[in-house]
Amino acid sequence: MSTLARKKGVGAVIWDYLTTVDHKKIAHLYLIAGGLFFIMGGIEALLIRIQLAKPNNDFLVGGLYNQVLTMHGTTMIFLAAMPLVFAMMNAVVPIQIGARDVAFPFLNALGFWLFFFGGLFLNCSWFLGGAPDAGWTSYASLSLESKATHGIDFYVLGLQISGFGTIMGGINFLVTIINMRAPGMTYMRMPMFVWATFVTSALILFAFPPLTVGFIFMMMDRLFGGNFFNPAAGGNTIIWEHLFWIFGHPEVYILVLPAFGIFSEIFATFSKKRLFGYSSMVFATVLIGFLGFMVWAHHMFTTGMGPVANAIFAVATMAIAVPTGIKIFNWLFTMWGGNIRFTTPMHYAVAFIPSFVMGGVTGVMNAAAAADYQYHDSYFVVAHFHYVIVGGVVFALLAGSHYWWPKMFGKMLNETLGKITFWLFFIGFHLTFFIQHFLGLMGMPRRVFTYLPNQGWETGNLISTIGAFFMAAATVILLINIVITTVKGEKAEADAWGDGRTLEWAVSSPPPVYNFAQTPLVRGLDAYWIEKMEGKKELTPAEPLGDIHMPNSSFLPFIISFGLFVAAFGFTYHNDHSWGLPVGIIGLLITFGSMFLRSVIDDHGFHIHKEEVLELEKKGAKA
Amino acid sequence: MQVEEKLTAETFPSSPERATLEGKNKFIGFWLFLGGETVLFASLFATYLALKDKTAGGPSADELFQMPLVFVATMLLLTSSLTSVYAIYHMKNFDFKKMMLWFGITVLLGAGFLGLEIYEFNEYVHEGHVFTKSAFASAFYTLVGTHGSHVAFGLSWILTLMIRNAKRGLNLYNAPKFYVASLYWHFIDVVWVFIFTVVYLMGMVG
Amino acid sequence: MKKWLRNWRLFSLFSVMALLLAGCGKPFLSTLQPAGEVADMQYSLMLLSTAIMVLVIVVVTIIFVYVVIRFRQRKGEENKIPKQVEGSHKLEIIWTVIPIILLLILAVPTVSATFKLADVKPMNKEKRDKDTLVVNVRANLYWWEFEYPDYGVITSQDLVVPTNERVYFNLKASDVKHSFWIPAVGGKMDTNTENKNQFWLEFDQKAADKAGGVFYGKCAELCGPSHALMDFKVKAVPRKEFDQWIEKMKNAKPVVTDPVAKQGEAIFNKSCIGCHAVTPVDKRPEQARTAPNLANFGDRERIAGILDHNEENLKKWLRNPESVKPGNKMTGTYGKLTEEQINALAKYLMSLKVE
Repeated sequence: MSTLARKKGVGAVIWDYLTTVDHKKIAHLYLIAGGLFFIMGGIEALLIRIQLAKPNNDFLVGGLYNQVLTMHGTTMIFLAAMPLVFAMMNAVVPIQIGARDVAFPFLNALGFWLFFFGGLFLNCSWFLGGAPDAGWTSYASLSLESKATHGIDFYVLGLQISGFGTIMGGINFLVTIINMRAPGMTYMRMPMFVWATFVTSALILFAFPPLTVGFIFMMMDRLFGGNFFNPAAGGNTIIWEHLFWIFGHPEVYILVLPAFGIFSEIFATFSKKRLFGYSSMVFATVLIGFLGFMVWAHHMFTTGMGPVANAIFAVATMAIAVPTGIKIFNWLFTMWGGNIRFTTPMHYAVAFIPSFVMGGVTGVMNAAAAADYQYHDSYFVVAHFHYVIVGGVVFALLAGSHYWWPKMFGKMLNETLGKITFWLFFIGFHLTFFIQHFLGLMGMPRRVFTYLPNQGWETGNLISTIGAFFMAAATVILLINIVITTVKGEKAEADAWGDGRTLEWAVSSPPPVYNFAQTPLVRGLDAYWIEKMEGKKELTPAEPLGDIHMPNSSFLPFIISFGLFVAAFGFTYHNDHSWGLPVGIIGLLITFGSMFLRSVIDDHGFHIHKEEVLELEKKGAKA
Repeated sequence: MQVEEKLTAETFPSSPERATLEGKNKFIGFWLFLGGETVLFASLFATYLALKDKTAGGPSADELFQMPLVFVATMLLLTSSLTSVYAIYHMKNFDFKKMMLWFGITVLLGAGFLGLEIYEFNEYVHEGHVFTKSAFASAFYTLVGTHGSHVAFGLSWILTLMIRNAKRGLNLYNAPKFYVASLYWHFIDVVWVFIFTVVYLMGMVG
Repeated sequence: MKKWLRNWRLFSLFSVMALLLAGCGKPFLSTLQPAGEVADMQYSLMLLSTAIMVLVIVVVTIIFVYVVIRFRQRKGEENKIPKQVEGSHKLEIIWTVIPIILLLILAVPTVSATFKLADVKPMNKEKRDKDTLVVNVRANLYWWEFEYPDYGVITSQDLVVPTNERVYFNLKASDVKHSFWIPAVGGKMDTNTENKNQFWLEFDQKAADKAGGVFYGKCAELCGPSHALMDFKVKAVPRKEFDQWIEKMKNAKPVVTDPVAKQGEAIFNKSCIGCHAVTPVDKRPEQARTAPNLANFGDRERIAGILDHNEENLKKWLRNPESVKPGNKMTGTYGKLTEEQINALAKYLMSLKVE
């Protein structure tokens, strides 16, 4: 067990990450994989903007453009934003509630590998004929028509696999938060980010199954002769639209609630004030999560559902603005009277307010069903959801990365470079998307690969393209910052920013593998801040120092996911090649076989003994 | 309580499935999982309801269904749910042998159900009600088939647990495992009640 | 401090720019220059919602700017600990109730407009007034068919409608989902593959004059490689002109005099007639109508919906449709044509006119 302290070779480190069940390392994995996919999605966005920079451009046309467009949306939502959110949740939630790990460390690892292999499978499509080309929503009639390549099959099976991982992650965090809170950490003492994670996880649990079902139908129709979406045999494509959006709308909140959580932490920390109106913030979060399920059909106002359904969904959608507004004002009043320190994360947090308010108010405009007939599927909508997703979620992820980087990796990111990144990104973001509202109002439909001159769209599109390059530059500088920091960044203290309020800042940066040598006793909201204000340096322990029980590492999550990856290949090609079916079955056997092994091999974990803990703590304190 | 502890009938807790933190996690986690499964089946049911009359010239529900067969299958599955309750009752009483016996009966009943279902599907296929025939057929086989695969998975899960622990007796490590497996089995049973009502009974009355 | 100022200057610069741009949308295409009852209704809803939302933004911005400037950390105050305020019930109630009121103000006209726009009772077949115009729109991969069921007339790509009256539409798609959108005249409605959607639009004569008589129509739902090129045109004319046009259409037959065009006709009747009809009266069922009706091709606004209407472009299209509209269904349905044949075909097609 003393391997914990020893220095390891490269191979050992890789093996360690392949088999790890430690939430902090899984957070690293999510961050790296999500970051890579974010860069890919960003490159795809640049290609799109280059093509649209001028009318009648021939840089990227027709079907190929549709592939890039589809992969941009799909990658950004499923393979970048989701895992990056999971990276943040894994990195801090267990520590924030005073736990040593998540409830199901094995499932946690499995969740990551499923996401990873799902994403990998989806991206394999680039090299195997062509990527999916029916948009990230993959509406059924078009995706069934798109039979020239297996693109849509890669989309369906890849996202199905990664979706399983996401559901596991959701359940895991729910149970962790319900069961594993430290003594004294009541629900109403949980940090906002924990609350956000809690509600988000519940949304994941209830929103992903409809998507799973939608994917099953799509898979059946495309690969096994099903007729769910084939009108000739009585099928109905509107079913796909409903299933997709019953998932799709909560998905927006799945992404944005953690963003709200991250900003709540940052606002409080750098205003040196407790979060204003904590209980109404909690209430608003829960309410948003609840209402999030009542509004999916506002994505379908023009589908022809009739005025009654449209009116109901319009009003329900507007209602969501109320709890969101509550949050905005609470953040403003958290800063009010505070002592605001403009660190890089705080830059993002502050910029988030006007940016997100813009996205929010255009959301209410979209909710007005009759007017939405004009906005729907135009660039106005493109602008709207980028204001929400970039201005809300991406800002939050960038803020959170800077904020928790020291906690995750033990080194502070460079602040100057961080601020340059921020300004480039901020300017680029508004430059790109603000103008798109007007493009949409001037009649430009979304998802067009080109446009003719003399329709009044030239200037707007050019400005938008220029903006995109600012964001690209910002990302490059962020990467440089990461490299510089990794090579020679300054070592971070436990309370890296000096203003930490929540438990994660009480443990060393990065935290020891067991997080807390002694489980802390929580005495109120902002547990660490309370201790600091009483002049203490450390948390009040809730238990005597003793042996710490830890879960065993396992390679099985990797193999289980790999099995599904293989199976997905088999089933994708089972109509074209005779090897398809056997490969599919072999893949499933690998998966179920490893699940069987997991079931029959006892795994009791191991203990880190008291003496070792003491030794590690001494070392941690010195470093 | 510690997982590895050797227990007797006297020291065995009344809720062994929740006596350890791992057990508690499994317990809540599994309930939540069943929540997700409920949404999954709800989506399948909704789709089935939307497509049940879209037979595209193929046989329709009231032409196909053989109620006596389905009724027997239903009885088998309902009874198996009851027998798994007995099994868990004996588990809580630390009576390993009786628990195994009742789980064994549960598995037999479940296997009977599965056998009847396979037979039923086979009949339908011969009557031209194949998966690719119509939207109704696709929706029917996907809904009932998803349930059937749950039954198959549940059976192999309980069997695996029984074989793996045959020589070990009960402890706090495997008690939660038996418990969630039986929860899963009940869930499958509840879903079947809905299938019986929505698919078969409503199918017969048109 | 300076950074913030610079930022705000940028912000206001964008706003001004945006306002300028808003004014210069094209009258034949922009939702901001509404050209009919539906677009008007939607435009006023947009204005109302924008006004409410700008109010919200202004309030947030004022508090925001004040807070960010007033409460930033000053030199020497790094260790000052501000008062830890828990919250305020009064404030919470204020910023819950006021938004609810604002939303109600928006919700009422929204619901009312939603119902008004869905009022398609007059198009009911049994009770239909004889002057009520109904158009069946059928969307196909990259082209539009417009059928006037009461007159038995079919045309494609260019929709002709009378102004200053409500025109009712039946919308459907024959292959994949599309969406029927004439931005200047009113919001869109999807054309589904399994059901018929219905809605109405009204085309304003004055706005039509301003737009040069022709509005641009778009497909608004991703439908494949040439989604971006699935445009159509709307000729909005006074009722009298419309009646004349429809009379001509009813009796239109190709009249070919030019010898080259005659050659073209022969080629057409050999290679193209299987899909394309050349008379507006086409009794075939819609499944058989797999290509645009060309009866008034010579009167069209565009070649293939996008290119300027001249013979050169027509030839370009005939030579290689794929280069103009990737993924279209015409590519490869006819053998290689010689330059001569293409000339003849182009002559013939351009001669198909009713005006």
